[in-house]
Amino acid sequence: MAENKGVVILAETLDGKLSPAALELLGGGRGLADELGEELSAVIMGSGIAGLAQDAIAYGADRVYTVDDPLLKDYQTETYVPVMEKVVKEASPNIVLMGQTAIGRDLVPRLAFRLEAGASMDCIRLEIDPETKLLKQTRAVYGGNALATYVSEVKPQMATVRAKVMDALPRDDSRKGEVVTIDAGLDPSKIRTKFIEKVKEEVVGIKLEDADVVVSGGRGMGDAEGFKELEKLAGVLRAAVGSSRPPCDQGWVPASMQVGLTGKIVSPTLYIAVGISGAAQHISGMSGSKNIVAINKDAEANIFKVAHYGVVGDWKKILPPFTEKVKELLG
Amino acid sequence: MIVCAKQIQDPEAPPATFKVDPAANKVIPPAGVEPVISPFDEQAEEAALRIKDAQGGTIKVISMGLEMKRTVVLKSLSMGADELYLIEDPALAGLASFSTAYALAAAIKKIGEFDVIFCGRQAADWDAGQVGSGIAEILGIPSVTVAKKVDAVDGRIRVERVVADGYEVIEVETPCLITVSNELGEPRYPTMKGIMAAKKKPTTVWSAQDIGVDPSKLQARTKLLKLFVEERVGKCEMMEGETIEEAAANLALRLREVKVI
Repeated sequence: MAENKGVVILAETLDGKLSPAALELLGGGRGLADELGEELSAVIMGSGIAGLAQDAIAYGADRVYTVDDPLLKDYQTETYVPVMEKVVKEASPNIVLMGQTAIGRDLVPRLAFRLEAGASMDCIRLEIDPETKLLKQTRAVYGGNALATYVSEVKPQMATVRAKVMDALPRDDSRKGEVVTIDAGLDPSKIRTKFIEKVKEEVVGIKLEDADVVVSGGRGMGDAEGFKELEKLAGVLRAAVGSSRPPCDQGWVPASMQVGLTGKIVSPTLYIAVGISGAAQHISGMSGSKNIVAINKDAEANIFKVAHYGVVGDWKKILPPFTEKVKELLG
Repeated sequence: MIVCAKQIQDPEAPPATFKVDPAANKVIPPAGVEPVISPFDEQAEEAALRIKDAQGGTIKVISMGLEMKRTVVLKSLSMGADELYLIEDPALAGLASFSTAYALAAAIKKIGEFDVIFCGRQAADWDAGQVGSGIAEILGIPSVTVAKKVDAVDGRIRVERVVADGYEVIEVETPCLITVSNELGEPRYPTMKGIMAAKKKPTTVWSAQDIGVDPSKLQARTKLLKLFVEERVGKCEMMEGETIEEAAANLALRLREVKVI
């Protein structure tokens, strides 16, 4: 790659539209591209996705590479990596960004090794160094106990970005951009994996990632029964119910409810942590919340170090009167 | 089957013991806290053991690091693995993801034929999550990441891969590489019999030269500029009351007052 210029983002799709993560990357990528005085390109791949190119332009892209192929209907490492490799070689970018999603976290390391480039995963801050013009990539390490800032030694500079780190721009249909169609060029005989099916584990109620209020329980809930009391509060607050890791590992609640470094990353307006001690790996999944409330019987628990409001005591005595009072105030 | 397992500082150690040396960009190991095998790597071994339980086969574990405690790394053999390979060489210490994957891939090539390589989804220290995919790329084999269930079915490997709203079922040809997530479930504890048997199982120690790696040619692709602990500003406002019930009600009132609810 002779000269590396421009920012390329992978715009993932969800239910036939650009995903929320894609819109965030378009917004954040636009900012980085403007700072460098370079162009922002979006890559959209899948089956029947060509119509989404104008959306990507309206949300900030100067150029959109579309790769439309039935073989790209479902994500598979074996199909997406070679296609992304082809697009990146064509675009010869300075920076490649993807979301820290099921796709990004699988695709980026493999692509980075193929391109002999470096990558930083799950970044929570991306800035252009004013002097070197290099991308400074900051991510949580040691289960969220520390942060580390990296720069790439080779180009393209690659990173995945945690959800809600970047902000989407408002849609602007007056924006103009170029659409480039790329042929996937996949040889089906070389695909060594087979996508059998996707099994959805629907959580009843509001989705964690979208919720404005999240009520989470930890080991202190004691058992699956304990979460029923959380659901009552969640019902009153129209909140999603989450969990730290121990209740998921114990099987009290499904793994899809886990908030934390290896679960979901949330940043609601209000996060209520009940019976959660505050292990770094949980904190790193919710510390972006605007207001954090902690209810824990241990006054020394780590969760109180990140919480804005706290009550020390047994949740069994605190939750019912709290839920009752909230109901009264909202009623 | 091959399992890659890394010895790390115990991630469950109390947060108060966590200290960084900002000048050296290194974490200071807490005194008196035993290192452990990265929990995701123990789950990777558990995935391999479940296949061994069901269909037989052998499991070879590879660990790379410095000052690996025999009591820690032998746990993989006590759990049920058959052979242990330790790559201990100061020249290979503290490598970034890129070089780690090259060194492990070189060791795997030296070991020879295999059906499946299991890795943890990420090491629970640097949390990079790149080495597994990197090894697969270097060896030119397919990979499936973040598995919660792995079965061998008719000569292929069937994987349930965790995604945001459920899981995907993917079948992959062998040889392949699978990274395993915590959703797989708790790894087994070594039994007394397992611990006794581990002492008789073969352990091989290799240097960089033994696996044909020239450390001077391992060039990092990223550079660590700064390792730091972010100060948490602000303090927690504790709700009080005559009774605990009153404190609970005061919390609701306070949240209303600041217009959070």
